[in-house]
Amino acid sequence: MLSIQSIIKDYEKHRALNNVSMEIPKGSVFGLLGPNGAGKTSLIRIINQITKADAGEIYFKGEKLQEKHIAHIGYLPEERGLYKKMAVADQIVYLAQLKGLSKHEAEKRAKQWFDRLEMKGWWNKNVEDLSKGMQQKVQFVATVIHQPELLILDEPFSGFDPINAEMIKNEFLNLNQEGTTIIFSSHRMESVEELCSHIALINHSEKILEGKVSDIRKEYSKNHYEITYLNAESIDLNGSSAFQTIGEAKSLEGKYTQVIQLNEGHQINDAIAFLMPKIQFNGIQEIIPSINEIFIDQVKHASA
Amino acid sequence: MKKIALIIQREYLSRVKKKSFIVMTFLGPLLIATMYALAIYLAVNSEDMADQKKVVVCDETHTLSNIIKSNEKYEFNFSNAQLADLKSNFDSSGNDYLLYVPNKGQNFEGVQLYSDKQPSLAFVKYIEKQLENSLTDKKLTDNGISKKIIEELDFSLNIETIRFTDEGEEDGNTSASYMIGMFSSILIYMFIFLYGVQVMRGVIEEKNNRIVEVLISSVKPFQLMMGKIVGIALVGLTQFALWIILTTSITGIIGQKFAQDKSKLMNIENTVAASNTDKSEPAVAATEVLSALSTINYPLIVGCFLFYFLGGYLLYSALFAAIGSAVDSESETQQFMMPVTIPLIFSFIISTSTVVNNPDGPIAFWLSLFPLSSPIVMMVRLPFGVPAWEIITSMLLLVLGFFGTVWLAAKIYRTGILMVGKKASWKEISKWLFYKN
Repeated sequence: MLSIQSIIKDYEKHRALNNVSMEIPKGSVFGLLGPNGAGKTSLIRIINQITKADAGEIYFKGEKLQEKHIAHIGYLPEERGLYKKMAVADQIVYLAQLKGLSKHEAEKRAKQWFDRLEMKGWWNKNVEDLSKGMQQKVQFVATVIHQPELLILDEPFSGFDPINAEMIKNEFLNLNQEGTTIIFSSHRMESVEELCSHIALINHSEKILEGKVSDIRKEYSKNHYEITYLNAESIDLNGSSAFQTIGEAKSLEGKYTQVIQLNEGHQINDAIAFLMPKIQFNGIQEIIPSINEIFIDQVKHASA
Repeated sequence: MKKIALIIQREYLSRVKKKSFIVMTFLGPLLIATMYALAIYLAVNSEDMADQKKVVVCDETHTLSNIIKSNEKYEFNFSNAQLADLKSNFDSSGNDYLLYVPNKGQNFEGVQLYSDKQPSLAFVKYIEKQLENSLTDKKLTDNGISKKIIEELDFSLNIETIRFTDEGEEDGNTSASYMIGMFSSILIYMFIFLYGVQVMRGVIEEKNNRIVEVLISSVKPFQLMMGKIVGIALVGLTQFALWIILTTSITGIIGQKFAQDKSKLMNIENTVAASNTDKSEPAVAATEVLSALSTINYPLIVGCFLFYFLGGYLLYSALFAAIGSAVDSESETQQFMMPVTIPLIFSFIISTSTVVNNPDGPIAFWLSLFPLSSPIVMMVRLPFGVPAWEIITSMLLLVLGFFGTVWLAAKIYRTGILMVGKKASWKEISKWLFYKN
């Protein structure tokens, strides 16, 4: 869908993007993750043709990114707003027209969205008379009304109340089901990792990781398991060739938890077979690294 | 182009639909009409309203009783009492003024006018004029000039100005040129200021609303800026057009109503004539101005007016847009407004003082070529006659100046609108000019 190749963007005093490349597959929900100031918004603005890259190329469906592609991209910026003294419908229709829709088509689609999102009765209201949550719905409709093939959402859930956030999230996922490619940008890794099929991590203007979420998890999984048992006292679990313990056992409400790491070439069943006679099992769970942990791990790696 | 048209449409409609626009459209001409009506009313009724004032004269020269005569406004009574008595009895005498003329020197030295309230300037001037005239007459008769000759000396002279033009000789009229020049330059000045600031406010609004990033993901910053500038220009033109239509129709109706009462209208003319010390001149001048207004080359003036009107606005509003993009709120605009408003105010002051009195001088010449001042200065010069090559050069420079400022403003604008929460400095803005994109 979008191929970003060796983008460099320099500002006066610092380099915002240093040789950043990534592939955003069609139909994916792509998480663009990284701390504040890492360069996410700079990259997004380049994709939206708000600013130009100093070097590098972007291809939209195999074509070099150009002005006509604007009509196929929907953008919800982090700093988003609306004209306060303009009627909701006028506003949505105006923004849709700027994206190339005819007035008639824009009105028709706006009506459909108003029905779908329970926004009836807002048609002629001024934006300043709407609550913040309502304004966010209007912004959402304005972002998707021209049926973009690519949606770019910069910190989409910041400032949303939980109910609206859930509703909007589901709408985005619906659109994704229908084939829309979505780029989520966020500094809160945990907020989007459950949604994303692919991610890229950016730190200090450089991409440090990219790929399918499942692949990344697999790659970074360290074969750690958490074992919970109900014995009266902590038991030393060492002694098996299948695994070794990591750290001390922790006690919580009469249960003990212990993290173990499987050794190369062993299955979890080997560990269970060894432990079965020793402890009274309460549970066993694989520890999947969160994107946050992977990120921190990667950043440490990079700086070391 | 389609997108610019959309932006122009939004900027135009959102402003024209506003209550404040509708209110101002009707209130503006109403205010002008009210003032006009009030002026006529006052002129007609001033005699009824003002009581005749009583002036007691203590004339120690005993020469003035034939010279200073009572009129509708002032009743002069000559008293033989001493000044001290008149002064002490002044409150109970019912007089409004006490005029004291001592017999001192040859030229009425030490004349004093006593009153409770500060007398009007017109009254003081009136008495001064009377005394001066009587002295002049006296001196002339003393030197053997006959009464007849003295009466013949009372005449007024008007110079007819004729300009050599391509069409031959043409009647010129300095006061008509003066009026037209001043009027157009005031209009242009007002228009630039009122609507230039609106452009700035619009830019700040979009920046504050945070809608600007959504917009420029669909349109180019340049399109957004130009759409706003043109849209607001159309709002201004609409407002002016409505004002002209409404004002002329309202004043027309009022004028007609008063014209029905012909005797009253005659009264106005008499009042105007009587209130001036140089008797016949203003009345004659008024009719001459009216006839001279028809001698002015209207197609040229109107054409140039529209050109400079729009050219000046476009040039300045681009600068105002750049200012708006560099700040977060209107209160921060002050420091950046200065360099933009100073040339505007400067050219207005110069044109209404220096240029109008010397329309062919070097200051007038250079300022009417310089794009930042030409829209205002050239309009003052035009009715006096300006060579074609100067007009064409001035217009070309204005067009160049317009492209220059738009280019400059666009560079500041596209960087400025995305800078939120940063206080821009002059140094920073000058750096924006060299950003690649």
